[in-house]
Amino acid sequence: MASTNLTEQYYDLHEHAHPDGYSTTLGFWIYLMSDCLIFGMLFATFAVLGGNYAGGPAPKDLFELPLVAVNTSLLLFSSITYGFAMIAMQNGSKKGLIGWLILTLCFGLGFLSIELFEFHNLIEEGAGPQRSAFLSAFFTLVGTHGLHVTFGSIWLVTLLFQVGKHGLTEANKRRLSCLSLFWHFLDVVWIGVFTFVYLMGVLR
Amino acid sequence: MIPTHSHWTPLLGRLGPDAIPTEPIVLATFAAVTLGGIALVGALTYFRLWSYLWKEWFTSVDHKKIGIMYMVLGLIMFLRGFADAIMIRSQQALGFGGSDGYLNSHHFDQVFTAHGVIMIFFVAMPFVTGLMNYVVPLQIGARDVSFPFLNNFSFWMTAGGAVLVMLSLFVGEFARTGWLAYPPLSELAYSPDVGVDYYVWSLQVAGVGTTLSGVNLIATIIKLRAPGMTMMRMPVFTWTALVTNILIVAVFPVLTVVLALLGLDRVFHTNFFTNDFGGSPMLYVNLIWIWGHPEVYILVLPVFGVYSEIVSTFCSKRLFGYTSMVYATCVIGILSYSVWLHHFFTMGSGASVNSFFGITTMVISIPTGAKLFNWLFTMFRGRIRFELPMMWTVAFMLTFTIGGMTGVMMAVPAADFVLHNSVFLIAHFHNVIIGGVVWGVFAAINYWWPKAFGFKLNEFWGKVSFWCWVPGFWIAFTPLYMLGFMGVTRRMRVFDASFDAMRIYYWVALFGALLIAAGIGAMLIQFAVSIWKREEYKDESGDIWGGRTLEWATSSPPPEYNFAFTPKIHDIDAWADMKAKGVARPVDGFQDIYMPQGTWAGIVLAGLSTVCGFALIWQVWWLAVVMLVGIVGTAIFHTFNYNRTFYIKADHVAEVEAARTAQLAALEKGAA
Amino acid sequence: MSYRGCSMSLLRAGAMSTQPTLLRHASRLGSLALLASLSACSPVVLNPAGDIAKQEASLVVTATLLMLIIIVPVMALTVYFAWKYREKAGARYEPEWHHSTQLELVIWAAPLMIIIALGSLTWVTTHTLDPFRPVSRIAEGKPLAADAKPLEVQVVALDWKWLFIYPEQKIATVNELALPVDRPVHFSISASSVMNSFYVPALAGQIYAMPAMTSELNAVLNKTGTFDGFSANYSGSGFSHMRFKTHGMTDADFDQWVANIAKGGDKDSAGALDTVAYLQLEQPSEKEPVRHFTAVDDGLFDKIVNLCVRPGKMCLKDMMALDARGGTGKAGIFNVAALTYDKNGRETTIPVIPGRGGQQADARTKAFVRAICVPDGVKTPVPADAAKLSLASPARPPLS
Repeated sequence: MASTNLTEQYYDLHEHAHPDGYSTTLGFWIYLMSDCLIFGMLFATFAVLGGNYAGGPAPKDLFELPLVAVNTSLLLFSSITYGFAMIAMQNGSKKGLIGWLILTLCFGLGFLSIELFEFHNLIEEGAGPQRSAFLSAFFTLVGTHGLHVTFGSIWLVTLLFQVGKHGLTEANKRRLSCLSLFWHFLDVVWIGVFTFVYLMGVLR
Repeated sequence: MIPTHSHWTPLLGRLGPDAIPTEPIVLATFAAVTLGGIALVGALTYFRLWSYLWKEWFTSVDHKKIGIMYMVLGLIMFLRGFADAIMIRSQQALGFGGSDGYLNSHHFDQVFTAHGVIMIFFVAMPFVTGLMNYVVPLQIGARDVSFPFLNNFSFWMTAGGAVLVMLSLFVGEFARTGWLAYPPLSELAYSPDVGVDYYVWSLQVAGVGTTLSGVNLIATIIKLRAPGMTMMRMPVFTWTALVTNILIVAVFPVLTVVLALLGLDRVFHTNFFTNDFGGSPMLYVNLIWIWGHPEVYILVLPVFGVYSEIVSTFCSKRLFGYTSMVYATCVIGILSYSVWLHHFFTMGSGASVNSFFGITTMVISIPTGAKLFNWLFTMFRGRIRFELPMMWTVAFMLTFTIGGMTGVMMAVPAADFVLHNSVFLIAHFHNVIIGGVVWGVFAAINYWWPKAFGFKLNEFWGKVSFWCWVPGFWIAFTPLYMLGFMGVTRRMRVFDASFDAMRIYYWVALFGALLIAAGIGAMLIQFAVSIWKREEYKDESGDIWGGRTLEWATSSPPPEYNFAFTPKIHDIDAWADMKAKGVARPVDGFQDIYMPQGTWAGIVLAGLSTVCGFALIWQVWWLAVVMLVGIVGTAIFHTFNYNRTFYIKADHVAEVEAARTAQLAALEKGAA
Repeated sequence: MSYRGCSMSLLRAGAMSTQPTLLRHASRLGSLALLASLSACSPVVLNPAGDIAKQEASLVVTATLLMLIIIVPVMALTVYFAWKYREKAGARYEPEWHHSTQLELVIWAAPLMIIIALGSLTWVTTHTLDPFRPVSRIAEGKPLAADAKPLEVQVVALDWKWLFIYPEQKIATVNELALPVDRPVHFSISASSVMNSFYVPALAGQIYAMPAMTSELNAVLNKTGTFDGFSANYSGSGFSHMRFKTHGMTDADFDQWVANIAKGGDKDSAGALDTVAYLQLEQPSEKEPVRHFTAVDDGLFDKIVNLCVRPGKMCLKDMMALDARGGTGKAGIFNVAALTYDKNGRETTIPVIPGRGGQQADARTKAFVRAICVPDGVKTPVPADAAKLSLASPARPPLS
């Protein structure tokens, strides 16, 4: 009854294994969505608590928009330079890739420094996260974003080493694409932060 | 800014001699656990099992082994959670007529909190995750999950969370807030000790594992299905697993955020959920239930899948209404987001809001009802074999229906006003969680055990367990339904004179709980006897129940590569289809098989995270920082390892498959 | 709450309320069924003494009956199919039968019908029984007098006892509530520290008592007698004892009761409830006996809700008014002492666990908590080493 024909019809006799990282992009994208939800919740928390100054300072008293504007442009530029890094990667230019990545890293670190400077000033003034629910929500939302940028930077440095050591292998390309997704994602989140927290906060 | 207590020391944080409890019950448990632990370690060392365990299990990325480890974790924690349950039942039976019972409030309040937390996060979650891990790749004809290393890491994170909860028993204390830790009670001002910190950080550690495991299984189901298995040909269990994991990824981040904010409030004195400085406790309640309600479906959907598989297998019949089953699952998944407010109708949200959430809650019962009917009509004109899995399924169908009904009763806001927080509620959710999830897991264990180990479970002790559990459940919880109507609220430790007439109900409930304890005992005996007599119960066919889905197409236990050749799918019940067509198993032409390699990174990273959690609980900052650096460093180090796969040589595959061919031939000969 | 007449009242409970006649009859039957299942008969939830609770009870019964329409057949069919199609029976076997459009239609439509019915019932009753909505009748067949003004009662859940303030009578009680029968009552409910739930099953369904918020409950009691009330939401170690008796009284008895309390001198009398007395009362304690206060400071409840009973505290509503105007700028940064409330927490009863060396540690925790902000007005001992502690919020003097 059984024929080899049937067996062939029901079994993949000449299968090719899924290539390495076959699901990576999808998996990473799903992870990013869950991260997105984390930011979503933090935005929601800020939306609920953002007006509760507890008789203390409000955004317009605290935020220095010019500084934040510089900060924002640093991060936006870093996204562009990351884009150039990816183009370099596609062109197979290891040198170009590393150059652009280092530039991206510098922008990222610049962004972090300004953010830390801003946090430091606020806490020095006494407007730390303990002062009001608004400040708690502000520090947590912006700080979580900053932590992401920090880990992105660590990851970027790691990849610099790996690309340096192993070159533009498939695995490294995949990793670079994941970080690229991550980095642009953080940029998008920051645009939300800049708009809802800083701009609308000052207008409030 | 790091807050310090005066009994905070840089070296040990808040840890001090007073962290060791002195309550006799806890001390006795501590002694027993320590002795047991020493005995276990001694035995493992004596029998030289450490390197076997490390190589074959702890560092394994094989989804089957990880699935089994999840089940073992769930079982161990189940015993702990059930011990808590017995303590609650006996305290409530004793605390009458001026007696203080045998647990003071400091202990009792920890016990009921721990019971809830453990049963949901460290029993039900590992059980369903373990089942999905074991079964899904087999059912879709895959060799492993999409991210095998991540799978191992997820398991150890869950185990790490469990370790922290267990540790709270012996070092410090657990939360005394109820399992969802509503602020302001869970805030530093009202719970200044480490209990809530244990709660926050154990769930954070475990939550990371759960979220990543969700990502992993979604990617697996979407990307690694065997050729020909379209979405609408996926086994129902895989469907429910897909929806469940989407729910996990979509709600566990909410839990992560809400616990992180509570943690910040407690450690850094922020004001998210405090009464003062503009905080909002109601925000916490909303956020935690936005996670909490879908969580219920995360638990119950996979077991709906289990029941679907079992009903169609043991009725020897295709599942009735596959398509409507799939849609019902998806609809439940989506609707589960729009009902969270029904957990707090009594917080005064206003009539229109309450009605909206009440009605959406009722609407969920429509697809759930449809599922019940589908199982019912699968039985219709079937040929039902009452093996243990099927017995559990019928018990579930009868019990869960009542649980569903009492749930809808409380979905009517004005009716909920008189039932909310009463022991009626307790009876309701135990009715759906025990009658649904727990029994589903037992059905699944009895159903898939032969697949996992190659021998069947003892039937006698299985039946003893069943007949203790099912009546035991009803004896334990019917009194609670009744007490609910008498206006008895939950989490009571002692009862004043006005309760005297109700004492008998608590004694009946305690009796029921003891009957359940007997059921658990019988189940453990069932496992022991089966392992002891495994030769006698051996299943060589690999398809002991006459299964219909792909996991039954391979040997029991399956080889590490699951399938020598990936099957091609032409119908919903792929294996039933292959059997009907008489498809012959390929016996030659084997190829090298590309497989992921075991790694130490998962258990090490999770171990570091657990210690980091412990350091955060006790505010041992230096240790937390060291661990954090360790985690990042280890992760980076791990990424430098590019060789994560290896080939199982075709020769080896041929050898294994030849043995299988011989086994099947012998079986056929025996039958003839 | 007695055995006598239980079944009769249950019948009445079933027959109550705004539902169509058919349902009313059905719910009568249902009451009997439920009654049969509750052998020791004191199901106060199904047999309450207040009109609102009665309507809620009958809603429970009606909802159950509606669902039984589908639950009973499902359960019966489960048993029947399980028996009929067991392997040995050799009944008709159709392994390939797995779809039937008509049947699918029925299994989706039947629950849908029930839910449509239950959903409309939900919409209506949720609005009519909204606790914030004034009662519209005294009892079935007893309309509300046109000039009826509800009795005002303010309820505060303290750690771990209940404070009832009668603002119009200017008296207050602890752990004792008295209500005149057949007169609507309007409760304003709040809490001092954590969430509780105010529940007198004989009177009406529960509603949460939450700090810094006011919830409301409108109800009416129709019977004299003594009923149990309690917190229905776990609130900490003294929770089990957070119970009180509710006395249903005739108007005359109620007036007498009020007069007696106002006069003082009964064994439970505790003088007037002024700020100091309240702050003492607010301290966590368990198993509190009944107390009667002869007088109450005006606006005490309002201050409790606004977390500003303690002298020197800014009231929440003032704070929120400032916030609504955009805060007070950087000048307001150090204005924290007047706002600190929670951080004093349950300082006096951070539980001392016997034999855990806890006492010392607790004293230090208290010192830490207090050091963040030493409360004004009330003198509390501050350990000498408190000043050495590093502080989470800067403890600087409030701006004047």
